[in-house]
Amino acid sequence: MTPGLPQGAAPGFARATSDPAAVASLSDVTLRYGKSVALDGVTLDIPAGRMVGLIGPDGVGKSSLLSLLAGARAVQRGRVHVLGGDMASAGHRNRVCPNIAYMPQGLGKNLYPTLSVEENLQFFGRVFGHNAAERRLRIDELTRSTGLYPFLSRPVGKLSGGMKQKLGLCCALIHDPQLLILDEPTTGVDPLARAQFWDLIARIRMQSPGMSVIVATAYMDEAQRFDWLVAMSDGRVLATGTPQELLARAGCTSLEAAFIALLPEKQRRAHHPVTMTPLADGANAEVAIEAKDLTMRFGDFVAVDHVSFSIRRGEIFGFIGSNGCGKSTTMKMLTGLLPASEGHAWLLGKEVDPKDMATRQRVGYMSQAFSLYSELTVHQNLVLHARLFRMPQAEIAHRVDEMVARFGLEEALDSLPASLPLGVRQRLSLAVAMVHRPDLLILDEPTSGVDPIARDGFWQLMIDLARKDRVTIFISTHFMNEAERCDRISLMHAGRVLVNDVPAELIRKRGADTLEQAFISYLKEAAGDAVGPAPDPAPAATRPLVAATRPRCRFSFGRAWSYTLRETLELRRDPVRATLALLGTAILMFIVGYGISMDVEDLSYAVLDRDQTGLSQNYALNLSGSRYFIEQAPIKDYADLDQRMRAGKLALAIEIPAGFARDLERGKPVQVGAWVDGAMPQRGETAVGYVQGMHLGWMLDMAVHRLGQTLGLGTATIETRFRYNPDVRSMPAMVPAVIPLLLLMIPAMLAALSVVREKELGSIINLYVTPVTPSEFLLGKQLPYVVLAMFNFLLMTVMAITVFGVPVKGSFLTLTAAALLYVMFSTGVGLFASTFTRSQIAAIFATMIGTMIPAIQYAGMINPVSSLEGFGAVIGNIYPATHFLTISRGVFSKALDYSGLHASFWPLLLSVPVTLGLSIALLKKQDT
Amino acid sequence: MTMPLIANIYRLGIKELWSLARDPIMLILIVYTFTGSIYVAATAMPETLHKAPIAIVDEDASPLSARIVSAFYPPHFTSPAMIPPAAVDPGMDAGNYTFALDIPPNFQRDVLAGKSPGIQLNVDATRMSQAFIGSSYIQKMVLDEVDDFAQRYSGSAAPPVGLALRVRFNPNLEQAWFGALMEIINNVTMLSIILTGAALIREREHGTIEHLLVMPVTPGEIMLAKIWSMGLVVLVAATAALELIVRGALHVPIEGSVPLFLAGAALDLFATTSLGIFMATLARSMPQFGMLAILVLLPLQMLSGGITPRESMPGVVQDLMEGAPTTHFVAVGQAILFRGAGLDVVWPQFLFLAAIGTVFFFISLIRFRKVISQMG
Repeated sequence: MTPGLPQGAAPGFARATSDPAAVASLSDVTLRYGKSVALDGVTLDIPAGRMVGLIGPDGVGKSSLLSLLAGARAVQRGRVHVLGGDMASAGHRNRVCPNIAYMPQGLGKNLYPTLSVEENLQFFGRVFGHNAAERRLRIDELTRSTGLYPFLSRPVGKLSGGMKQKLGLCCALIHDPQLLILDEPTTGVDPLARAQFWDLIARIRMQSPGMSVIVATAYMDEAQRFDWLVAMSDGRVLATGTPQELLARAGCTSLEAAFIALLPEKQRRAHHPVTMTPLADGANAEVAIEAKDLTMRFGDFVAVDHVSFSIRRGEIFGFIGSNGCGKSTTMKMLTGLLPASEGHAWLLGKEVDPKDMATRQRVGYMSQAFSLYSELTVHQNLVLHARLFRMPQAEIAHRVDEMVARFGLEEALDSLPASLPLGVRQRLSLAVAMVHRPDLLILDEPTSGVDPIARDGFWQLMIDLARKDRVTIFISTHFMNEAERCDRISLMHAGRVLVNDVPAELIRKRGADTLEQAFISYLKEAAGDAVGPAPDPAPAATRPLVAATRPRCRFSFGRAWSYTLRETLELRRDPVRATLALLGTAILMFIVGYGISMDVEDLSYAVLDRDQTGLSQNYALNLSGSRYFIEQAPIKDYADLDQRMRAGKLALAIEIPAGFARDLERGKPVQVGAWVDGAMPQRGETAVGYVQGMHLGWMLDMAVHRLGQTLGLGTATIETRFRYNPDVRSMPAMVPAVIPLLLLMIPAMLAALSVVREKELGSIINLYVTPVTPSEFLLGKQLPYVVLAMFNFLLMTVMAITVFGVPVKGSFLTLTAAALLYVMFSTGVGLFASTFTRSQIAAIFATMIGTMIPAIQYAGMINPVSSLEGFGAVIGNIYPATHFLTISRGVFSKALDYSGLHASFWPLLLSVPVTLGLSIALLKKQDT
Repeated sequence: MTMPLIANIYRLGIKELWSLARDPIMLILIVYTFTGSIYVAATAMPETLHKAPIAIVDEDASPLSARIVSAFYPPHFTSPAMIPPAAVDPGMDAGNYTFALDIPPNFQRDVLAGKSPGIQLNVDATRMSQAFIGSSYIQKMVLDEVDDFAQRYSGSAAPPVGLALRVRFNPNLEQAWFGALMEIINNVTMLSIILTGAALIREREHGTIEHLLVMPVTPGEIMLAKIWSMGLVVLVAATAALELIVRGALHVPIEGSVPLFLAGAALDLFATTSLGIFMATLARSMPQFGMLAILVLLPLQMLSGGITPRESMPGVVQDLMEGAPTTHFVAVGQAILFRGAGLDVVWPQFLFLAAIGTVFFFISLIRFRKVISQMG
């Protein structure tokens, strides 16, 4: 065992490797996204056991190449061989993916922000099939050596960027991969964390010498230390070789220069070294930004602690500090996005006020997260912003062209931002922030992920703006060479400003050689040992060997279980969601159970009595005595009748003709007129029935009392028995019908969003690059929602019995068994909806359409399925909600058990494998 | 100040339309909900008594019992299943029949003898909609048949007072008319709430709202932009559905003025889109919004008078639902499209819709900035 390297030694520098075999080889690989070509006939052999760097400007296909190597993206053309097999073959991918670790671009993109460090690591450990003891060992070892050990219980969302990347690395390394693929792992990470990160990689390589590492990076000083480099441009490989070879070939001394020299003529010409012009010294210069004791508290946590500074007009002021130290929060307070807890700030002489439109028009802001409209093209984004900033219409086209040219966006003009590489997106954000010629620019890490050429171009622009146009620039950055270009910088740490001075002065004060060293020394002083508890340098000798020969079966309960546990944790971390699911069920059951009533009562009616005799009044009285009708003011004439019926104020109008009593006495045929409002057919039908019944009743009554006739018995009598619900009340009929409805919608919605959310936020990548199969992924995620839905079911049953007084007359066990099958179906519907939707909105919408409409209208809740027509009848007959409804009503109202309901069980039983099978078949294991 | 305000609202709205245009799945779903979904719902909706499944136990096997049996035929009833007495219970338990009529032995003989014999009618009362109307219908049919049969032997007079019963606005009480309209209203509500609310949550999750708020754009402008653009999409879809599906494919006659109905729909959309934005200020993530959407949409659909008559709901529910835009929109829709009502009739509902929309709009406006900053 080799002891840990001394601090600062070049990690992994030019290590002799005796193994010349390629860990991966590509031949004639081409990859397209729609019309744009990301990789153009790439042929490349990547040597094994080395630290290989992929360098090149943004958008040349570095990330695409890495995702192909990791198996995250499907091969379109050409052949990709990794670890001795073809990555186009699913069988080979399954075999090798436990040996490949992939860390995608973006801070902690494949991590779960609400879970703690420990829980994230446990999840990845389980996915790779480690048992509890092994996981403990590995997690302790990895976190000790990365300095994350003290933060095991901290949620990932609250970690700094550097810590997130370290954790991402731990998660990648947990299964001892033979090939480690890192996509810009240190972009957006402060210098101290960056140095620690590379030390860590070096130590890990020391421990497992056979491991190959492929890294894409934008930092040339990092690339300098790699064993072998691949320089890329425009989807093609420019050159390969050791850094020395590349330097020799280009005849340069620095890699940055060498890279530029290697570029094709056209691109090279676009580059000019940055020339600095010092800020004209003016004691009388006006102040553009002033902050006094700015403080921001989130609960107990003080994010920004009494920060004060003042920035003169035309000055470039740098904000330097590790991630999460409060830089972004300070900037947000200056823009008025966050109201300060304490202190004041002034922009351009006016106190910050979110309502002040005039000041906003003079400020350009670029936030750290990419925040442009991904649905608009580059050109549309620029034009929209120019217009929103109220630029004169005539100037817009010219200004947009100017920005496009300045930021090199010509080729991306009609692309959607999502299809652009990170660096180009950053340039677009910057162009958007500057499109309206602001007097003041607030830029939060604008150059993260931007390649050196573009960065230099960008800085030249800033310097010109500041010096010529006297634009004030407030910028935060991680790049020390950028910090050096600022007129003054502030070092921030843990919410406080450590020091505030001219860069050269800081280096002098610390007696350091470079600003980076000065910065690290300030940080260490401020943090004591808390930042990085000396990582445990002694690698555990007991480290278990690579478990590559682990027996593999098609479906691993362990892996599915790992997803179950993780999903459960996420659900527990978002108590609002679970509470809404449970409480929502109760509330809805209450509303719908009480609110829906099939009884038609209290119909409003009025009489147009043209007779005005005792007999005609008697007829009208007959109606008003009924509980079904409520009498309204008498009708005056036909116009009144018409008007009131049109307004929906009368459900029934009765007209008694003049001479009604007289004609009746004389035995002449008379007719009473009745108009029923048929706008709502069901109500109309019921009203028709009532009126007929009333009329008949009145005539019988007349015959007996008034005319003195005695009618004999009827010809026959009908004894109607209302079964299962003798009082014909709505409640016993509706409550058992609400249960299937709610048990369908809520679990389906939750399950659908749980998958689409991963797609939208990026953690779906873990499905692509780990041994997890779609079936394990879906079933694992389904289980917690099945359990939650069963809680819902019990809750609703208890409510039915206690609140609504609808007892379970039949077999509760039968009902529970059916409910279990049914919720497996309903969560399955959600999973199915998630396989073909990409956005959460579409998933919500698809789930609503797929559940609410069929369940309310075709499942027999209101109208029996046997009475439906056409396609609705087809849906009604096959939709499982219909069958669960039959079981629910059967058990609740009809006192049935399995023997009486078994016919309804089969469709339910069948629906579970069908929905799940479809979902599993449709869920893709690779990005396409 | 007003010019840029209107310009901003216009431009941000155009941006919303672009967002929607670039989500093909959403477009497909919208088209489906306003065409196929409405057609299927309308044609599936049965007449109030349509193909009601009935079984008859004929223990008499007489000409009279045969006459009764032959009185039941589609479309009101299924052709009756002739079953033995023992099959009544299992058949009803399984839900195969809503009605089972038992004609006892010697029924015809007893009728003619004036003994007024009884027929037993079993009704599955868990099927509320059929049970109620169907049982009185069957009673009347059976008694008519029996009376007719008896009269041939005895003869009797016509009833002294006739009842001239006319059903207005939908003379044949066709459910499809009503079903199609309700489906449009339900889809308008669902779509407008999801389109605005979920879109706002997405903007929050992606940080684009924050970006807007540092520009010279006010929360009010952002909200109005969403309301007009998404409202327009839904309004266009609803108009197309009304013309192409309801009038075109389903041949439902429309009595009133379509422009007036669309004006009502626009007011309703103002209210529902504002409600959607309000919900988005309550939820902190998309899954929470999804739950909230179910919580709101389900009662809106079931209790606004579109499925069962409002009069028969408990008073509390009726009062609460006065605050829901759909209640008034259902009333507006029925009044204008079926009863041919004019503005003189529906203006109170129009006022209600405007008021509800305004309330939700201003509550959201107050919450907007506070909530957005919490998210960051």
